[in-house]
Amino acid sequence: MCIGMPCRVIARVGELGTVEYCGNSREINFALVPQAGNGEWVLVHAGLALQLIGEDEAEQLLALLEEFYAERD
Amino acid sequence: MLSGTELAQAQQLLALIKKKLTGPLSIMEVCGTHTTAISKYGLRPLLEPLRLLSGPGCPVCVTAAVDLDRMIALAGTGAIVATFGDLLRVPGSETSLEQAQAEGADIRIVYSPLDALAIAADNPKRPVVFLGVGFETTAPAMALAVKQARERDLSNFYLYSCLKTVVPALHALLAAPHGLDGLLLPGHVSSVIGRRAQDFVASLYGVPAAVVGFGERDILLGIAAVLRMIEEGTPGVVNAYPHVVREEGNLLAQKLLAEVFDTAAAEWRGFGMIPESGLVLKTEFASHDAALHFDLPHASVLREQDPCRCGDVLRGAISPLDCALFADRCLPLTPLGPCMVSSEGACAAYYRYDRKKGVAPA
Repeated sequence: MCIGMPCRVIARVGELGTVEYCGNSREINFALVPQAGNGEWVLVHAGLALQLIGEDEAEQLLALLEEFYAERD
Repeated sequence: MLSGTELAQAQQLLALIKKKLTGPLSIMEVCGTHTTAISKYGLRPLLEPLRLLSGPGCPVCVTAAVDLDRMIALAGTGAIVATFGDLLRVPGSETSLEQAQAEGADIRIVYSPLDALAIAADNPKRPVVFLGVGFETTAPAMALAVKQARERDLSNFYLYSCLKTVVPALHALLAAPHGLDGLLLPGHVSSVIGRRAQDFVASLYGVPAAVVGFGERDILLGIAAVLRMIEEGTPGVVNAYPHVVREEGNLLAQKLLAEVFDTAAAEWRGFGMIPESGLVLKTEFASHDAALHFDLPHASVLREQDPCRCGDVLRGAISPLDCALFADRCLPLTPLGPCMVSSEGACAAYYRYDRKKGVAPA
């Protein structure tokens, strides 16, 4: 809950938009990171983008979350 | 997995840390995800005699029994209750949301409070209550959900807010006798509140701290920074996660929280009431406040001599390994307290990763 999901922005439509996370797409809200553009990475918490992040950071977090969840399953 | 270069950097950091350690020191990782990461990477035995102690940064774990009892009572009113999955198995005084669900309560696991709005729109004749547990990372989504409920006239949507903020908890932790030599501060909470908001940890309490990320290198870098400040006697709050955390945090998120919530005293497991640490809906959103709309129990049914020591674990007073119930009567399948239930709980992390590695109790 305290760790955000790194998601790649696919398509922005006003405050809303679609992001991709581990091959799945979902709609999220961009009200708090209005500058995020298509192709960029954002940290998403509970359906809301909270922070623009770089690709390196996103990939590191994705690898970390993948390891976390793989061990829990 | 670390790449070759990253592994070399992590090993260099580890060697540097071991060199600086001349005796036992205690550093608390405040965030529950850091606890899990540190356990997963096996850093506790590797860093001895440094003791890494878990803190109050697991939102489900710090939720007070009385709040859990109220959530379970809400589920018994016939309302649709929406929540994150972590809460389901946490025991209240007598039962859990999972048991309530098995007995017929309509409890739905959602990914976002915004999903609960859709449930409210689809079920206009039934109240829909979102159980708001979390810190500054999840609170903005709840603020937005309440704002949208008002804008869309979804009068059947309610928030039961147990939202908490980290800064007052750090004050409560450090104002009491604590024995901590340093702190690792939460990474993503800090991306909302900013590094600067936590300067008081060093300026007021003289405790060095670092805002850290979640990778092995990130955590080791933060520990090395804290040890350097201890060694030099120059406490500060450094940003060891600068590519994600800004000085001022996310100002739009802070503005949204201030628009929808007031602060109020809140009860934390292990700490009791902490002034101004809870987020409650402002008067203009009162019609969406589940605490005002529903008749809920005022106090918990106290279990006599509750043997669960989650409260001590959350203050860093003991390690999960010091609790007599740990890995005995309290197991992941039969958890007696929230720290064994939550994916960010210290007892769950120690059970999964640390208990067989010879980590010393606190």
